[in-house]
Amino acid sequence: MTAKPFVMPAPHPKERRIIFEAISQPGYDPSIETYLKHGGYESLKKALTMKPAEVIDAVKASNLRGRGGAGFPCGVKWSFIKYDDGKPHYIVVNGDESEPGTFKDRYILHYDPHQLIEGLVISAFATNTHLCYIYIRCEFPEAAKIVWNAIKEAKAKGFVGKNILGSGFDCDIYVHQGAGAYICGEETSLLESLEGKRPYPRIKPPYFPAVLGLYMKPTIVNNVETICHVKHILRLGPEEYAKMGTPGDGGTRTMCVSGDVMKPGFYELPAGAVTLGELIFDICGGLKPGRKLKAVIPGGSSAKVLRAEEVFKVKVKGPDGQMVDKEIPLLDVTMDAATLASVGTMVGSGGVMVMDDSREMVWALNNLNQFYAHESCGQCTPCREGSLWMSKITTRMLDGGGQGGDPKMLKNVADNIAGRTVCAFGEACSWPTQSFLAKFPEEFEAVATEK
Amino acid sequence: MTVTADPKTATERQADQVTPEFAAEIDEIVTHYPVSKRSASLPLLHYWQNHFGSVDDSGIEWIAARLELQPINIYELVTFYPWFRREAAGKTIIRVCRTLACAMAGSYGVKEKFCSAVGLDPQAEHHGFGCAPPTSPDGKFSVEFVECLASCGSAPVALINDTLHEKITPEAIPGIVEQYK
Repeated sequence: MTAKPFVMPAPHPKERRIIFEAISQPGYDPSIETYLKHGGYESLKKALTMKPAEVIDAVKASNLRGRGGAGFPCGVKWSFIKYDDGKPHYIVVNGDESEPGTFKDRYILHYDPHQLIEGLVISAFATNTHLCYIYIRCEFPEAAKIVWNAIKEAKAKGFVGKNILGSGFDCDIYVHQGAGAYICGEETSLLESLEGKRPYPRIKPPYFPAVLGLYMKPTIVNNVETICHVKHILRLGPEEYAKMGTPGDGGTRTMCVSGDVMKPGFYELPAGAVTLGELIFDICGGLKPGRKLKAVIPGGSSAKVLRAEEVFKVKVKGPDGQMVDKEIPLLDVTMDAATLASVGTMVGSGGVMVMDDSREMVWALNNLNQFYAHESCGQCTPCREGSLWMSKITTRMLDGGGQGGDPKMLKNVADNIAGRTVCAFGEACSWPTQSFLAKFPEEFEAVATEK
Repeated sequence: MTVTADPKTATERQADQVTPEFAAEIDEIVTHYPVSKRSASLPLLHYWQNHFGSVDDSGIEWIAARLELQPINIYELVTFYPWFRREAAGKTIIRVCRTLACAMAGSYGVKEKFCSAVGLDPQAEHHGFGCAPPTSPDGKFSVEFVECLASCGSAPVALINDTLHEKITPEAIPGIVEQYK
């Protein structure tokens, strides 16, 4: 079972491929034989000689942050699980990749499933977990088959199942397919979905499924890419791994670039190694001929949009340790969690969407509003009603029915969603509206008043 | 218990066409969830829909009974998830991505072209939630918009049955449709 052949372009000099290193090799396929030829399951063998706490310490020392969107330090999340509390533990891999602009997990699942399985068994060993689920969205039907097949292969070779490699450690892995709902990427919604219920996100606190997760037992939910990194942390050593990134954001980060660039695609870069300008103009070949940059959504569609000519005033640590003011133009913003947060947006899931001067911002926002209106699960009134109304208003504006008060009304609706919902979807659906309105007020005013 | 009035005669009920092999396959899927059988509801719905093309009321009741649940526990899933439908769709389902990166690359035009290539009204709207997407008069094709398919780097894309088609140009569409006729 293989997906259609996929050839990764040669890496850009700035790229550092870890996750996608093997996939880049000519003739690489998802079979276990190929994986073993490329040093597969060596990290697992190493992990099984370590103490579980040492594995967690390594992940902590690596400064690995979750690659799913929230960017929580992975080792810290794991340490919320008490190794021998007598309760069953679970790990659920979040492969419900649905954030518009993000398309990295698709390639891992289709072309290197064993990397995920190896990372998962190591993670299970570290957290005393014997049952894991890989939640894959049903829009990846081939990926589900490929991962199932890989689990069978790994089981036959003793890497999964009972008494893994004679260590006495047992771990079973199953694939669970979603059914077309974006909300299932929210971790508590994903758990409800896995429990067979209508996937309404759970009320917080507890904030972490590590307290009450799947079947109300301690559970780790991690993104596909995050789990894959675990293998490489053990292979390279946590210090070497951490060195690749910025302090507090270790390793490589896969940036998925889409929209109006010459070479859209995904690029695995050390965290914080490039600026937005280098990413767009150097690595992605720049914009289409004759076009100017207009807007960038830097971390998946829920991240706040940035305007091309923006200059951000931020406080950075100077050479003498004092905080100093600094002005950073948009193209000089480095693509790491801390810098993007300091300019008022987020690195999120790494989905960079680039828009040039041919794009109308009301049109772009309306597209996203329609997405959120469709995907709101309907549990909380502000989000269910608000996302629909934002979508209706922008659609009406585009259809020539704009009214003078529309920008104000849009902002009012958005402001009344964020912070008033059970899950972060409320923020995710209001941030685009809030940021588009704040960054491109003249376009909204023009559409609202034209008759 | 019946969820809604089922106008079909007994012989058309999907549940009456369940074979022992089908039931054995279902029982195997349930073993993936040693802690709670209820977890098997989504995989069972997938298996059912892949086999019968949709999930009718008898299917909802059959799955609920198999998992020792009430029919409402399954019905609320069928009506929540966009993937499930209670009516048959075309043999080939063309799901065109609608979201931003694909829309910038022309997915609205791509969807219209797919519709006209299979004999559907390009303006027909469909919102899922249990209904089948618009189906061509010969019953061979359904075309619908879906939200982000997570392949924004190769936009515009469409998922046709189990296969992703990338960087679709309007010119290529008649040829793509021909492959599935």
